[in-house]
Formats: sequence, structure tokens, C-alpha cells
Amino acid sequence: MEETKPQLIKITFDGIEVEVEPGTTIMQAARKIAEADESQAALVPPAMCYYKPLPTSGGKCRACLVRVAQGSAKDPRPMPKLVPSCITQVQEGMVVENTTNPAVLDTRKSIVEFLLINHPLDCPICDQAGECHLQDFAFEHGSVKTRYEEDRRTFDKIDIGPFVQLHMTRCILCYRCVYTADQITNKRLHGVMNRGDASEISTYIEKAIDNDFSGNVIDVCPVGALTDKTYRFKNRVWFTKPEDAHRDCDKCCGKTTLWYRGDEVIRVTARKNTWGEVNDFICNTCRFEKKKTSDWVLEGPTKVKRSSVISANKYRADLVKKPDFALKLAETQYKRIDDTRPFITDEETIRHQSIENNDKANHRSLLAKNN
Amino acid sequence: MARKILTEHINTPGIETFEVYRQKGGYTAVEKAIKTMTPEEVVEEAKKSGVRGRGGAGFPMGMKWGFLAKPEGVPRYLVCNADESEPGTFKDHHLMKCIPHLLIEGMIISSFALGANKSFIYVRGELMYVIRILEKAIEEAKAQGFLGKNILGSGYDLELIVQPGGGAYICGEETALLESLEGKRGNPRNKPPFPAVKGLYQSPTVVNNVESISNMPWIINNGGDAYATIGIGRSTGTKLISASGHINKPGVYEIELGVSVEEFLNSDEYCGGVRTGHHLKALVAGGSSVPILPANLITKTANGEDRLMSYESLSDGGFATGTMLGSGGFIVFDETACIVRNTWNFSRFYHHESCGQCSPCREGTGWMEKVLHRIEHGHGSMHDIDLLVDISKKIEGNTICPLGDAAAWPVASAIRHFRDEFVWHITHPHEASQPGAVYQGEMALA
Repeated sequence: MEETKPQLIKITFDGIEVEVEPGTTIMQAARKIAEADESQAALVPPAMCYYKPLPTSGGKCRACLVRVAQGSAKDPRPMPKLVPSCITQVQEGMVVENTTNPAVLDTRKSIVEFLLINHPLDCPICDQAGECHLQDFAFEHGSVKTRYEEDRRTFDKIDIGPFVQLHMTRCILCYRCVYTADQITNKRLHGVMNRGDASEISTYIEKAIDNDFSGNVIDVCPVGALTDKTYRFKNRVWFTKPEDAHRDCDKCCGKTTLWYRGDEVIRVTARKNTWGEVNDFICNTCRFEKKKTSDWVLEGPTKVKRSSVISANKYRADLVKKPDFALKLAETQYKRIDDTRPFITDEETIRHQSIENNDKANHRSLLAKNN
Repeated sequence: MARKILTEHINTPGIETFEVYRQKGGYTAVEKAIKTMTPEEVVEEAKKSGVRGRGGAGFPMGMKWGFLAKPEGVPRYLVCNADESEPGTFKDHHLMKCIPHLLIEGMIISSFALGANKSFIYVRGELMYVIRILEKAIEEAKAQGFLGKNILGSGYDLELIVQPGGGAYICGEETALLESLEGKRGNPRNKPPFPAVKGLYQSPTVVNNVESISNMPWIINNGGDAYATIGIGRSTGTKLISASGHINKPGVYEIELGVSVEEFLNSDEYCGGVRTGHHLKALVAGGSSVPILPANLITKTANGEDRLMSYESLSDGGFATGTMLGSGGFIVFDETACIVRNTWNFSRFYHHESCGQCSPCREGTGWMEKVLHRIEHGHGSMHDIDLLVDISKKIEGNTICPLGDAAAWPVASAIRHFRDEFVWHITHPHEASQPGAVYQGEMALA
């Protein structure tokens, strides 16, 4: 029997036409545009809960809401509400507005605000900082000030085992780890308890998570709610150097990324694609126990996106192309942000250091006088 | 006396037993439907009747049945939504408690129409005694051959299962109800796929309210066309209204849709007027989730027409000057009611009942509640009012299920119509935070 190629569906996303297979979601179509042309990466709706390797995830965080201006070629009516692009399938002739629609951007800004209401702004002490999806999301779409004056919710700390650290206060309830445990491990030991904004990721009566693949919840967590206990407070992610490596593992594929600091492997994670999604899930032995270079066959440096903090260049405006819609929005709502402001040069650094040193010297002399 | 469809025999002693119900003409509709009609004809009658979903959304029931996918080899389910938890609504409770066989008869006819061999009644978990009444009634019907294998010798089997809910408001949302029925956490599902395609156990499912299903026996006995002549316009038939608040005669009333709000509120047949010595201030017409109306918009619409108890007339003027019939929870406020306190109370309910799945509702409902709490207790500031409006706008329409909308509408409408009362709470924090303090200004009482 001759295989018939499925008829491709043509949709328009932010004015760009793209052809995708039937059954593709709007999000995947947008990612296809960005994969073909890297300069369009800013068009892709952000995803906080959707995770492609985990079927049925998505639709919860509402960060990826887009407007469908034309449902399909047959039924050109617009959809009445904003739709989650991660789970809405494309139709022939669909016209989607994402960054071209101010209502979508405004909603997205409010989603950042909602997510940050109960998220502690403890990035300086959070291990996830630098590879945190919420950080990127807030940086790209959020506003600078908060309107929330009340107390943030807090939780009692619970210990869920020797490898995974749970910080419930940082959780944005994306349910990714629950899906991971449901779909990857053979027995789910944790889930969501309680209701509403008191919901928490927890195990049944503080039972420890004990499973060969439980470590994957660390990789899927978009924020610092689930972090690696063997890597805790070891280093900032942007000071480490990722290298692709593999080993023969009888449990998993064995393809990982090693994070080096100097000659020391301080962390092992699964390999992730451009969208921060794991290619292949790895087992706990590879992740937590094999921390010597001799355990691994190195393949070479991991390719990291230029815009990533891990490339340590994120804050050089001349290297990172900022998505222009954020600037446009800022222009209309706030005073113009001067994006060409000079960066601290070496001379300035030296000057700052000398001032600091002078201060210290003065302080010491004062101390000496007082004594 | 207005025509009664559901509550005609409700005061007959012993109506909860099979014998008395049968004497009063019960189960004749089942006999008629199963012996003389095909399932398609029953669906056709439901379509003709124009009966609209009584759970709150008001979607035509016949049309909903028409959407049911019918793939080969896949079971179909009918689920009755008896998880009535909306503040101000208590009609289904009354109906099931007093006349359980009416619901069971309706379930048999509806299941037959949809080709379901297993049907569920998902009853609110707090109503354990109602569950026992229903189970007893099911046993009686089974003993008489109206349920179980081979009903009335027709070869049609039906098993009816009563399932107690887990005690969550969100499980009244149809997809959350299905999740809960499957034994999972009651989180609403993303739609599409709709339950009519993939519902309970990934099979085509119809979810209907108790009152909608209870209309079916009458529709089969008298014909869908006869039902369509009752009521007004597209609001056909009768509706149970749960009247509560500051009125002389609170209770459950069956009205023909199209009765004017003024008649319903003031006639002795129904509410009997606002309690003596007080006057009307505000009205929530369809359960806590619909917009609140100020006194001047209750009996007349913004165009000066009489406001009627019907889906169309109550929503006349959209959200600016209208409200919704919803589930029929008719809550009346007189001038002793503090709107800010009441809004805070509603908001607290939605905060407590939000499932916590999608971010706008999980975080937004709590935020609104906290801001309202602050205003009510004399710690508010002027920008809090605009903040509330903004939060409610950001929640509305951006959530998975309608709970977000339901949480946003009461707040937005209370500020729209009673803004001066909010302002008074902020400018007079000391007076406003006294127990029982109510704004006595002119605008709110106009």
C-alpha cells in the first residue's frame, strides 16, 4: 500500500504563513516558524505548564493565550475568548494573533502578575535562577511594579527524600511534575493536595519519593520549586560550563548534559532542546551518582542559545535582540526606556573598586580612631 | 394559580414512595416512551419543547442531546448534575428530597433517549440523607421493573447509580464533575473535546441538571409542543426559583417563565414582598455568580420595559444594566444589607472553592478577597476600587472553566452599581468597620 502524505494545513501566525501537519497545536506551529528563522523566536507564546514530552499537559497556566481572529477557512468567525495555544489544534486557514494583538499582551502581563503574587522573589538565593522559565517570562512580559500588598502564601517545609528538594513557596502549580510521575515512573508518589491557592505539591503523609526516574521532576519544573539536593548552593548556573556526554546505562538512554565548574562535574541533567524541554528522560543513577568525568564519554560543549543567561551575555544589549513588542508596549505605557545606555567599562569598574576600597579604608581609620 | 409541572404533587403525603407517585400518574411517561417511541422520537420531543438547561448556562437541552457523538461499540453515559452548591440556590435539593421518583423517571426516559445503559446521579456530598432517599426510590423502581435488566420487557437495560460528591463547588462544573466521578481530583478539563464527544471514561457523555431532567416525564406525557407553549419566547416551560434573603416568604417556587419580577417579588403567591418596614436595595437574580442589580433596575430594564423572569429579559442590557437567570437563586437585599460585606462574602466563597488549576482564578480570587476584606474592615484606599475592577477583568474569560467568570462578575457589578458605597467604606473607615454598619447614602437607595 502506498503511503499517502497527510495534507498540510496552512495557517497565519502573526502575519507569517506556515504549513503544518493536521493535529498540530498553535504553539507547535509557532515554534516551527521560530525554528526555521531564529530571528522570529520572540513570536512564540511562552509556556509555563505545557511540556511537549508529557502528553495531556498544558492549558493550565494561561500564559500562552492567543487570539484566533479567524477560526478556519470554512468558518471565518473569530473565537469568542482567547484560547490556550498549547492545546488548541490548528484548522485550515486559521489566523492567529499573538504579539500583534495588544489584548493578548495585556493578558499575558496580568498572568505574570498573577503568577508572581504568591511567588517569593528570592531569585538571589534560588538555584533555578538563570534557567528559570518564570524569570524569563517575567523579564519579557511582566511589569516592573507589583500591586499586591498582602502577605504571600507560605507552606510548611516537607522532606521528600534524599535527592529532590521541594520549595513549595516557589511552586506555580503547573502540574508538570505530577504528569512526569504519572507517565515516566511506574508508581506515582506525589500529587496536588488541597484546593485553590492553598494547593500544594506534596507526598502522601511526607512519604519520600523513591523511584528510579523521580529525578526528572527537577528537569521539568519551570521554577525552583523542585531542585537537585546534590547541586544545592554549589554554584550559579551561569558560572558552570555544560558539556554533552553519554554512558551505557541499562535503565535509560544515558544521554546527558554535564555541568562543569573547573574540572568538577557539579550537576548532571537531561539534555534539553531550545524550548527548555527534555529530549530523553534519564534515570537517577546517571543524574545523582555518576559525578566523575571518568564515568562519561564526552561529546563536546552543549550548544546554548545566545540569549540564555548560561551564555553569560544576556545583559549585553548589543548581543541580545530584545523582542520589540515589549519595547513597543513599554513605549506606550511608561517613559521611554533608554536601551542604549552604556555598559560598565573596565575603567569604570576600576573606579568603583577604588571608591569601595577608599570607603573601607576610611571605615578602618574611623574604627581605629574610635578605639 | 400558575401551571405547575414539577411541583404539582409535591405536597401530596407519601409522594416519595413508589405507590403514591404511581397513583398520581407517575411512570406513565416511561411506559409511553419505552413502549411506543424510539429514542430519536424522545430526543425530538426534547428539542421541540425548547427546555433550556436549568443548571445556570441555559443551553437548550435537546440541542445538547443532539451533539452526542454515537460511535459504534463505545458506551454512552448520562450524568445528572445534582451537585447544587451555588450560594442562594436550593431547588434541586428540594425536588430530590420531596419527589425523588420524578428525577428517576426523568433519568430513565433521558437515558433511553440517549442510549445510555449506565447513568449516574452525582449528588452533593453534604446531602447524604437525600442520597439515601434516592437510593431507596431506585430500589423501589427496580422492584417494579422500571429499572435494571429488560425494562418493561423492551430489552432495554439501565443501571442507575447515585454517587455522593466530595464536597466541592467546582464539581458542579460538568467536566470537573466527570473527573470526580472517575475518582480523580475534581479539576475541570480543557474544552474541546466536549463531554458530548469525550466525557466520562473518554466516552460520549451528557451532563444535565436535576431540574432539566425532571421536566422530561411531563414533556413525554403532554408533548414537546405543549411544553413550548408555556413560558415566553425562547424561555419555555417553568422554572424553580429559590427565593431567599429579606423577603416575607422565602422558599422554592415554581414559576412560568415570563412572570414579571415585580409580581414574583411582591405577590402573595410567591415571595410576598420585601420584609415589612424595609425597602428593596438590591437583587441577585440567579445565584451568587450572576451580576447584582440595584433597586432601580430590578423591576424595569434600562429601556423602561417591565423586567420578566426569563432568560432574555433578565439579561437585557448585558452586563451594564442586566443580569442573568442563572440557576434561579433569587436573593433579595433590603437597605440593611451592606453590599461591600456581601461582595466580600461571595468573593470569599469563590476563593475557597477555586480548584487552583489555572493561574488567573487561583491567584485572582484570593487577591480580590483580600482587597475586599481590607476595604470592608476599613483599611482600603481609593485605588483598591480600580484594582478590583482590573483584577476581575483579567480573570474573566481567561480561565478554563466558568468559575473564574462567576468570581469576577459579582465584584465587577457591585462596583459598577454601588461604587459610592465602596467609596464610603474607604473615606469613613471607622464607621464602616463597625458591626452592622451600612451606607445610608442616596444613590444606593435610589
